[in-house]
Amino acid sequence: MYSYLLPEFAIERKTERCIKCRVCERQCPLGGHKYDPDLDAMFSCEEVCVGCQRCAVFCPTGALCVRPHPSQYKLNFSWTREKLQDLKKQAETGGVILAGSGNDKPYKVYWDHLVLNASQVTNPSIDPLREPMELKTFLGKKPDSLEIDLSEEGFEIKSELNPNKMIELPVAFSAMSYGAISYQAFLSLAMAAREVGTLFNTGEGGLPLEMREKYGGNAVVQCASGRFGVDSEYFNCASIVEIKIGQGAKPGIGGHLPGEKVSFNVARNRMIPEGSDALSPAPQHDIYSIEDLSMLIYALKEVTNYTKPISVKIAAVNHVAAIASGIVRAGADIIAIDGIRGGTGSAPKIIRDNIGIPLELALAAVDKRLRDEGIRNKCSVIAAGGFRCSGDVLKAIALGADAVYIGTSALVAMGCTLCQKCYTGKCAWGVCTQDPYLAKRLNPEIASAKLVNMLRSWEHEIKEMLGGMGINAIESIRGNRDHLRGVGLEGWELDVLGVKGAGE
Amino acid sequence: MERILIKPEVCIGCHLCEIWCVVAHSQTKDIIKAFLHEKVKASARVIVEEKLPVTFALQCRHCAEPDCVFACISGALYMDAASGRIVHDSEKCVGCYSCVLVCPYGGIIIDRENKKVIKCDLCQGLENPYCVSRCPNGALVYADPEKKGGVMDEPNV
Repeated sequence: MYSYLLPEFAIERKTERCIKCRVCERQCPLGGHKYDPDLDAMFSCEEVCVGCQRCAVFCPTGALCVRPHPSQYKLNFSWTREKLQDLKKQAETGGVILAGSGNDKPYKVYWDHLVLNASQVTNPSIDPLREPMELKTFLGKKPDSLEIDLSEEGFEIKSELNPNKMIELPVAFSAMSYGAISYQAFLSLAMAAREVGTLFNTGEGGLPLEMREKYGGNAVVQCASGRFGVDSEYFNCASIVEIKIGQGAKPGIGGHLPGEKVSFNVARNRMIPEGSDALSPAPQHDIYSIEDLSMLIYALKEVTNYTKPISVKIAAVNHVAAIASGIVRAGADIIAIDGIRGGTGSAPKIIRDNIGIPLELALAAVDKRLRDEGIRNKCSVIAAGGFRCSGDVLKAIALGADAVYIGTSALVAMGCTLCQKCYTGKCAWGVCTQDPYLAKRLNPEIASAKLVNMLRSWEHEIKEMLGGMGINAIESIRGNRDHLRGVGLEGWELDVLGVKGAGE
Repeated sequence: MERILIKPEVCIGCHLCEIWCVVAHSQTKDIIKAFLHEKVKASARVIVEEKLPVTFALQCRHCAEPDCVFACISGALYMDAASGRIVHDSEKCVGCYSCVLVCPYGGIIIDRENKKVIKCDLCQGLENPYCVSRCPNGALVYADPEKKGGVMDEPNV
């Protein structure tokens, strides 16, 4: 069928700079550049370009510019170019349109409508370079009260404590499985988490045997609806076990890792035949109620001999606060809430762009509900979905999160440019692919160093912001919404967020 | 003794090492001038070997027991006593290609135009070998092989 689609990107080549070195041709896994030996000239194939910018970054002479294609349909604010192109794609294929990364629609980003406080005159700000600043975070259930025996030798905690995992800063890597991302990308996350003293999350892809001893202490291992890669050693080598109920990018639906991505090693880790599709059902078929969830939580606690916190990850949807309350009462030690801007390796575009609610509202609602019910201490809350900078992180913590999960930010630090073509398995940056030729583009030594740098810079920034507020420990701002003010928000939004408007 | 070590597991086959080798051996050391405007275009002394998905860049290994030096009939190839580098004196080269025949790595390249050979000089006189400093993925390392291994210590796929 002759395609009526317009190319998405235009490739401009400055001939006065092009040296015909063919680096662009080799770097594009889609065939976007071609060298013609007869004419000794480079040509572009714009139809295949996804705008990942690999060629532009690698061109040694800066001869390439890839930008949105100037060809336009007649301007229409309802029938946008994207809507028209999607309709044409569906007319040509009859399929569900897939997408990767997170929701890119212009829903209100509440982080951009919240501002943080700082000290002036009435209380002093702190210089984090001169004074200690504590970002250590403990994830897990906290006791209702703490009994301490003080004696001359020191002190002893009398209350029974629950397993907690300490992380050096309240930022961990969110669930990205080996299979969805390359081994190199997965290993880079593990290496960075270990170096910084935080967590990475295996997603539903298992934890490779050779990584367990070295990186298990920094691993959150997932038990999801497909139960891929799950056995008792898998749970016991990790720090935290997470039950995945939902994902922000695709609430209510399962996962599908296409057989092409199930290489020998991926298959071994998932314990499925090589080349077979890895289908994760939409629900966990043994969880149809809070009571069922409780059974799985306690089954996992039994397996790990009550030594590890059990986390439950849900997507942010309507009534999320009530659901979270049920999860805490079911025995979870941690609740992870993934908002509408959470990322994915593959999801139906219509779901990614239309289902779920913004994380900020969900987080505020959950934190308030758990406080109102007097059970906030019984679990930690991890917020996930669209954290772009340390400012977002600190605002989330002020809204009530104990820590945040970052996925997209971490991938971007490693090279991802959010071209959203993760589901094709042809990631030119070596992040989201199992093709050995493409995957080795990601050097774990370099990528992990970049991740560490990013986390360290966020750490510095968070300390600076806390210092400005006159606070010297992250604990002091956790759930402290008085340090937040809303700008450009309506009354109902301020109510849900539990913050005052700026100037109040 | 510092040598260029190769790490095939992270070589992405972009051939930028070849491009920058040309620049390193050009008159102007400017990439655009070297490729588009210099009358005599320099040649690369490094070659990317490819059998996809495996790729790696290979240049003269500067062997401790150099077959090329033993085979050289004119004394053009010799080992520099101080650095241990294998140096090629183009003035003395008669273009017999004996060195090309005996090199087990294919590290010596025929310069057809001048009927001589060219080979890696470890960017003598420049700060760092261009191929190493310009490799975008750390697949080439300039280090002492006695001190640092040429492979990743992490398990590889």
